[in-house]
This record gives sequence, structure tokens and C-alpha cells, in this order.
Amino acid sequence: MTTDHYIALAAILFSLGAFGMLFRRNAIVVFMCVELMLNASNLAFVAFARMHGNLEGQVFAFFTMVVAAAEVVVGLAIIVVIFRTRRSASVDEPSLLRF
Amino acid sequence: MTATLAVQNTGEAAVFWICGALAVLGAMGMLFSRKAVHSALFLAMTMINLAILYVSLSAPFLGMVQVIVYTGAIMMLFLFVLMVVGVDSSDSLIETLKGQRGPAIFFGLGFGVLLVGLLGQGTSDMPAGSLEQANTVRGGNLQGIAELIFTRYVFAFEVTSALLITAALGAMILTHQEHYKPKATQRELSEARFKGPHPSPLPPPGTFARHNAVDTPALLPDGSAAEVSLPRPMALRDTAVNRVDVEEVDEVMEGHDVVVDELDAATDDTSGEER
Repeated sequence: MTTDHYIALAAILFSLGAFGMLFRRNAIVVFMCVELMLNASNLAFVAFARMHGNLEGQVFAFFTMVVAAAEVVVGLAIIVVIFRTRRSASVDEPSLLRF
Repeated sequence: MTATLAVQNTGEAAVFWICGALAVLGAMGMLFSRKAVHSALFLAMTMINLAILYVSLSAPFLGMVQVIVYTGAIMMLFLFVLMVVGVDSSDSLIETLKGQRGPAIFFGLGFGVLLVGLLGQGTSDMPAGSLEQANTVRGGNLQGIAELIFTRYVFAFEVTSALLITAALGAMILTHQEHYKPKATQRELSEARFKGPHPSPLPPPGTFARHNAVDTPALLPDGSAAEVSLPRPMALRDTAVNRVDVEEVDEVMEGHDVVVDELDAATDDTSGEER
């Protein structure tokens, strides 16, 4: 198993997440796609850490997880607020800022 | 020495191909399942497979954190919010932005192909490397990570605490609801109930019906369904047994002809009075 395999897997997962962000309209599913992209980058970090033979990549993946946790908390709170005011969790509904 | 390395490599290859394929399958399932709850469960599957991959990449601490934080906390938070937001959160298939879906597929596929192709070109024949030395120099993987976090990255670690506190405060402020009116007393509630259409408690679901599940409406004496007996989330749900099978009702009532006749007479009387 070379590092290439893991990087290719991370790239596939990342592009699936990016594709989902364009494709899905339920705000919660869009958030899950963001999580998938963060996970893919974590996988790349861990694979590179092993390639270089030191643990810094793992520390970075750890920090990514912390930031992802904070981001999910705030994002889901925003979704709950939007749902309360609009009774819908679709990302196409809040279009007040559309020109 | 080389023999053990070869065995390790084939074991790692097996783990990679099985867990990698399952992770990609989970991601696809997340993308293409209509219900958000199914998406969340598929994503949890992907994350567990990634955790196994971390362990095989000699990062056991991150594997455990992945299971505990991601699948344990974050995905459960997702499911919790799904339950709050409601059951009718499945995607509708109507495009509100015209012609968005085609370009989305095109750009998504193009992005994936470009990314994989470019990475394959730029990084071909990178050695897998080994973390054996880094993992053993401090006595273990966890100790090595702890040393890095508390020496070189201690400032980032401290800033992380500020980030977490800010996120927690933000979530509390965002979801906080002001009470614009004082809380209703028991007397006010009771008066409101007697002014409303239902002075008596609503009929519970499943009364006189074939099943006593919460998604089965109660039956009125004439065999029709009492819509008010369903809890609101259940009434919104498509899968609820909203339709009452008339034949089933007849079957149940068959042995009670006399009772039904009496009930019919009674409802005729009362309905006349009510109107």
C-alpha cells in the first residue's frame, strides 16, 4: 500500500462531498457533505503523516476534528433557527439576499 | 523480517480495499438516499470505515477519536437535529433553480476526475513510510501526539479552547427563544380549552381500531377515522396508516352487530342534537 492509494481514496471522498454540496438541497444533508470533505482531508493528513514518518499530520487531523465539531454545533444551530422561522430546511428557501 | 513485512502489507491491503470500498459506498449512499436519516446513517458507516483505516495507518488514537467524536457525538447531533427539524425533511425533486442539476453533475464529476488525475500525476510512487520510530520514541502513539500538542502546538491548542467556548455560546444564543408573553397559568389554560373546539381531552390513537400503535387513528362509532387522535408529527408523515381499511373495520365489527346498531342509533341522535 503506497500513499497514493490513500490519497486517491481521500480525493474520491472529497469530490463526492463537493458533488453532494452542489446536488442536495436539504441543509442538513449539505452539512453532512461538508463533514465528508473534512473527513477526506483528515485521511490525507494521516496518510501523509505516515509517509513522512512523524506525527504532525495526526496532530493536524486532530485539530481538524475539533474545528469540525465547533462548526457542526454552530451550523446546526443556524439550521434550527432557520427551520423555526421558515418551517423548512431547504437551502433554496432563504433567498432574501438574492439580487 | 521481510516475511512479516509482506504479511503486514497484504493485511493492510485487504483492510484498505474492503474499508475503502465500504467508505465510498457509504458516501454514495449518503448522496443518493432521499431521506435525511438514511443519509446520516450512511455517513456514520463511512466514518467508522475511515476509523479502521486510521488504525491501519498506525494512528490508533485518531481512530478512537474518530469513532467517539465523529460517529458518537457529531452524527448523533445530526440525528437529534433531524428529529427536531421534523420528519417531512426529505428532499423534494422539484428544481427551484432552473437547470442547476445538470451543471452540478458535470462539475462534480469533472472535479473528481481532475483531482484524482492530478494527484496521481503529482504523487506517483510515494513511499508508504513507517511511523514505527515516531510511535515508539515516546512510548506510544498517544504519548507522541501529546508531546507535540503540549510543546510545539500548545498555542493552537489553547486557541482551540476559545473556539469551542465561542461555538457553545453561539449555539446557545442562536437557539435561545425569548418568551414574549408571561407563561400561561393553569387557570388560563383551562379557560382556553373550554373556549376551544375540544373541551374534553382528544381521543387517543388506536381506540377501537385494529392496532393500538400511535400512527393508527382512533375510529369513530360509524367506523370512520378520527383525524384529531393522531399526533401532529404522525399526521404529517406519509407512512402513517392514515387510511383506515374499511374491510378490516367491517371484519372487526362483524361480531358486534347489535353494538354497532346501538352505536349508530346513538350517533344519529347526538349528531342531530349537535347540528
